[in-house]
Amino acid sequence: MATEDYKKQWNTPGDTSTLRKRKNLSENTPLSKDPGRWTQDDPGSSNGTLAECHGSDSNNPPATLLLLLVVASLSFSTRFHRLSEPSHVCWDETHFGKMGSYYINRSFFFDVHPPLGKMLIGLAGYLTGYDGTFPFVKPGDKYEDHNYVGMRGFCAVLGSFLPIFAYLIVLELSQSSTAALITAAVLIFDTGCITISQYILLDPILMFFILAAVLCMVKFNHLTQRSFSASWWFWLVMTGASLTGALGVKFVGLFVILLVGLNTISDLWRLLGDLSLSMVDIAKHLVARVVGLIILPLFLYVTIFAIHFVVLNKSGPGDGFFSSAFQSRLIGNNLHNASMPEYLAYGSTITVKNLRIAGGYLHSHWHLYPEGVGAKQQQVTAYLHKDYNNVWRVHKQDHNESQSGPPDLVRHGDIIRLEHKETTRNLHSHLHEAPLTKKHFQVTGYGMNGTGDLNDLWQLEVCGGKKGDLVKVLRSKVRFLHRATGCVLYSSGKTLPKWGWEQVEVTCSPYLKETPSSQWNIEDHINPKLPNISLSLLKPHFLEILLESHIVMIRGNSGLKPKDNEMNSKPWHWPINYQGLRFSGVNETEYRVYLLGNPVLWWMNLASLGLYLIMSAVASVALQRGFSLEPKRKDLI
Amino acid sequence: PWGNFAVMLHLPLMVTAQVDLVLVLVTVLSLWTRLCHLSYPNAVVFDEVYYGQFVSLYMKRVFFIDDSGPPLGHMILALGAYLGGFDGNFAWNRIGAEYPCSVSVWTLRFLPALCGALCVPLVYLLTLELKFSHLSALGAALLLLLENSLIVQSRFMLLESVLIFFVLLAFFSYLCFYNLLIGPLLLSSWFRYGWLLLCGASCGAAIGVKYMGLFSYLLLLGVASLHTWNLIGDRTLSVCVQCVCRFFCLLVLPVLLYVFWFYVHLSILSHSGPHDQLMSSAFQASLRGGLSRITQGQPLEVAYGSQVTLKSSASQPIPCWLHSHKANYPIRCSGHLQEMMVSSPPRPVRHGDVIQLVHGMTSRFLNSHDVAAPMSPHAQEVSGYINFNVSMAAQNLWRVDISNREVESDVWKTILSEVRLIHVNTSAVLKLSGVSLPDWGFRQLEIVAEKLFKANTGNLGWTVEEHRYGTSQEQKEREVELHSPSHIDVDRKISFWAKFLELQWKMLTVKQEDSEHKYSSSPLEWITMETNIAYWLHSSSNAQIHLIGNPVSWGVANFSLLAYQVLAVFYLLRRRRGFKDLPHGVWCKFVCLGCVCVGGWLVNFVPFLLMEKTLFLYHYLPALCYLYLLSPALLEHMHTHLLSSVTYQRALCVWASAVLLSVFLSYRTFCPLTYGNPELSANELRGLKWRDSWDILYRRR
Repeated sequence: MATEDYKKQWNTPGDTSTLRKRKNLSENTPLSKDPGRWTQDDPGSSNGTLAECHGSDSNNPPATLLLLLVVASLSFSTRFHRLSEPSHVCWDETHFGKMGSYYINRSFFFDVHPPLGKMLIGLAGYLTGYDGTFPFVKPGDKYEDHNYVGMRGFCAVLGSFLPIFAYLIVLELSQSSTAALITAAVLIFDTGCITISQYILLDPILMFFILAAVLCMVKFNHLTQRSFSASWWFWLVMTGASLTGALGVKFVGLFVILLVGLNTISDLWRLLGDLSLSMVDIAKHLVARVVGLIILPLFLYVTIFAIHFVVLNKSGPGDGFFSSAFQSRLIGNNLHNASMPEYLAYGSTITVKNLRIAGGYLHSHWHLYPEGVGAKQQQVTAYLHKDYNNVWRVHKQDHNESQSGPPDLVRHGDIIRLEHKETTRNLHSHLHEAPLTKKHFQVTGYGMNGTGDLNDLWQLEVCGGKKGDLVKVLRSKVRFLHRATGCVLYSSGKTLPKWGWEQVEVTCSPYLKETPSSQWNIEDHINPKLPNISLSLLKPHFLEILLESHIVMIRGNSGLKPKDNEMNSKPWHWPINYQGLRFSGVNETEYRVYLLGNPVLWWMNLASLGLYLIMSAVASVALQRGFSLEPKRKDLI
Repeated sequence: PWGNFAVMLHLPLMVTAQVDLVLVLVTVLSLWTRLCHLSYPNAVVFDEVYYGQFVSLYMKRVFFIDDSGPPLGHMILALGAYLGGFDGNFAWNRIGAEYPCSVSVWTLRFLPALCGALCVPLVYLLTLELKFSHLSALGAALLLLLENSLIVQSRFMLLESVLIFFVLLAFFSYLCFYNLLIGPLLLSSWFRYGWLLLCGASCGAAIGVKYMGLFSYLLLLGVASLHTWNLIGDRTLSVCVQCVCRFFCLLVLPVLLYVFWFYVHLSILSHSGPHDQLMSSAFQASLRGGLSRITQGQPLEVAYGSQVTLKSSASQPIPCWLHSHKANYPIRCSGHLQEMMVSSPPRPVRHGDVIQLVHGMTSRFLNSHDVAAPMSPHAQEVSGYINFNVSMAAQNLWRVDISNREVESDVWKTILSEVRLIHVNTSAVLKLSGVSLPDWGFRQLEIVAEKLFKANTGNLGWTVEEHRYGTSQEQKEREVELHSPSHIDVDRKISFWAKFLELQWKMLTVKQEDSEHKYSSSPLEWITMETNIAYWLHSSSNAQIHLIGNPVSWGVANFSLLAYQVLAVFYLLRRRRGFKDLPHGVWCKFVCLGCVCVGGWLVNFVPFLLMEKTLFLYHYLPALCYLYLLSPALLEHMHTHLLSSVTYQRALCVWASAVLLSVFLSYRTFCPLTYGNPELSANELRGLKWRDSWDILYRRR
């Protein structure tokens, strides 16, 4: 259910933001590439015409300011109208409200998006007196007396800035307050934008940063004549900061980075062709942009993550996605100041975690491989969540375990059996091909109450160890070599289909190269016969956890695939306003909210996009044939 | 013109022949490397096992679908088989199976090998058309000639060499056309357009062999439209006719040809075969045998009282018929007769009519309630109605909604009409949900009534396949015979276009099992040739054939790719700052080289990075050919324009010849793995394992 919602959630912002962005593009492209020249030979755009008509009043600051005030007040009043209704959880508020609460409670969680948006939501809730106690279980839950309006209000404020930004962008591009006013009106009265701005979602925050970035870029472009002035630096730095904001909310922000990047490249290319500038000047320009648009945003982005990790210092629902070392940072996790027997022994119950980043725990459950996928035996998978099905028991090769006295310790090169505690089946492999990675062998659970066959024997090796070395819990990297076939226990990272509950495939790889996929560590280790010893783990470096959390996020994102029989919209549905999205309204009596764009505006957008393409095509062919458009344009005016 | 003609008549009739001996030599060598001992090994090699099945099916004229590519490639292979008198009787079941002596292996492999051999002279000519010297052309030809992987891929019944041949031919003919445009306009323009026609034709052929040809075609279109754009800018010309000609030759002609391949394909394959089930009933009925034999002579229009089988038009994952059996919670999909409610006299069912469906064996009515279906709870359950007295009245009325009534008539016709069955009480639509039921449902597929009519209209259609009128009452049957409408041959009713579109759509949408293959590899491994593919291993000895490229040539190719990019960036930045290092003509030549070669490499390589298919090393070969074109040309460019001193130029020459020599030596070294002959000892094989990741087979004795 969660992934389903994420998926939908991915699509929804695209609705508006893509369209918005496109519309801006269509208005910007001919101009932003070459801001100095637009009045002379930008033949197709109606903006030019309007600009010359109304050029005079745009230079009139009080009028502009007044219009801006009108836009702002309209925008705020539409967004804040009946903000607190409905007083129950709508749509993805169930995720993002919950994540805001996690920040207030400081418990660690995992999400596929970067943290900035949720941090801001959490901050807004904190400042407006929300105490983080509401559980946000599912859409439709009543808020009762929890203070949720603060978080909604924050999103609405950011959403209210969109028309203002759009007004300023178009004003800057066309110098026509009429055109700018039309743009602002389009955004103000677009029902889709209003709806999406009124709830605790990431999209208003994302759109705020995207439009802010575009606005700063446009402002910056218009200051080419005054390079290195204070305002030039200001807009450059602001562009960089907004880019960080956009990327920090969702990875979709990469597209606006692409837009700004292309604009910057074309800008630099123009500067390079300007022979009046010396190479030193160009180098200065280059360095300024590298600092403002790469180094500064990167620094801010890293800072966001630093805050994220500092704030979330308690154990929470996201622990299992991360490595053992990462988990040891979290207060309340059993690895925080962990205390357990230091060396692996026979008879211990353990969990085994794969060492690749976002690799799961070795897992098994009461389900068999389906017909046609190797032998029809019990599934063995890798699972990212902590679960009692991750627990295994270590046995000697033969069955007679010493009943009394201290248990024997497991050593490098020992031959062991791993019994799944819940189902009492042994970890088993044989010469059948694995379900997804056909070059590998299948791994199953086999036998009953610990009795199996010779294919249940695994030789345990400590990486870099020699015969007789003990196996340190948490710190030793171990490999399990299958005795009968000589293959090594391996987690491929591929997601099994539905029959495997979309857990990760575990195989036995005949290629014995040492990779993190074939290395495991012992995470939990329980043996009542051995004394617990406090283990101080190596705390991971900040850059390591930054990298790890990114890889986990990217894995999570690529894992979000639409399932069959699911209502999801396709990209071509969006611009034509094919269908909306039900935000709220489970039963007949409840307050209903439906996300739907204003059809008139959306279809008008499409038409103007088409019109722009046709006009620019005609104009460029005409120019290529050498017709001068100047007289006609003069006639028009 | 008449004057010219008169002058021509007065001239003596003379033939002056100019023969480029280097070209001839290269061609002969190429034919020799590709064609000698072609029928060795006399066994099925690698993908021959795959293409061979289709060749057999062509010989037997049995219909099949292959989603890996359009039919021209298969047809070329089949042509070879046809010329060799192959009758299609060979089971292509495993790699390494020996061919019986009745199969002419040589002819099976001849056409791809010939195409592969002709690539070498084409590369020679192409380099010349790119305006580089004969020496560069020779270099490019030699690189291609001595490339082990291309030799291996050409020598068997595989399609890459054919594809590469057509792609190179397309570029060659386009450049010929373009160069004639710039050159003296003495030659008749029709001669020029001959080249353009050839270009369009080979584009059509390239796409027809493999979809991969599309990449090169798009590149060629890009280059051509750039040239046309410049042409439009030339105000001295009237460009309309030229543009139309180019449009016709480069856009219309390839599309027409592509359709033509399908026309030939469908004309040849007229018999029903193993893949029938994937197609619609109408398509199947147009094939000889199979469904058409069953449905032959049955009444066309479905009437009240007809007995019919209903097949779901959503043929994924497998074809399904509406089915019921004697087990509670019954309606399933897989095959039995349904009967229409009787109402006399038999009158045809029309669009909008309300009907009841009764199951022939159990006499239960097809029923639906507003109760969640077992596997898809968002839809309604469909069942055969039994009155259990649980206060649920039968809701067994269904409205017939013929979705293609504009094309056909609004009378429900067997095979041709696609109907939706809309439940009258709830207006839900009968649908195959595609989920298979658990054991109690015998793992058959679930049937539901979908409440959301609009959700996806794909899976909702049903067609009648088998059809007969009720036979229970003698009198009624006679009545039926009287009124039964004339039988229409369905074959004539489905046009070629409908068949083409359906086949094309099925080819693009049928999903193959995405299984990993032992020798599959990822695109990034191709550049450094991390993997090889074992094509064949002798059944008793160590003789084996591998797809391994010539490592030295691959190094040269990668190096030149890098060098070109560095040079291009360097030149571009310098030009922007006003330093014109190269004269205009040379710069144009350099850009053109980059567009064709680096562009060709990019379009043939980058898309694979985004694909989720199972990929193999041989997918890289077309991209590699572009790099072999690039290398010598780039060397020549450096020699003439970058190195000023004679000493350096000489050093470069020496270096180039040394590289060429080592290319030859490494070709020699890998020959045993290329030709499978002579057999090597295990130690020698180990010596050939230049990379640890290569999988070379040793036979244990």
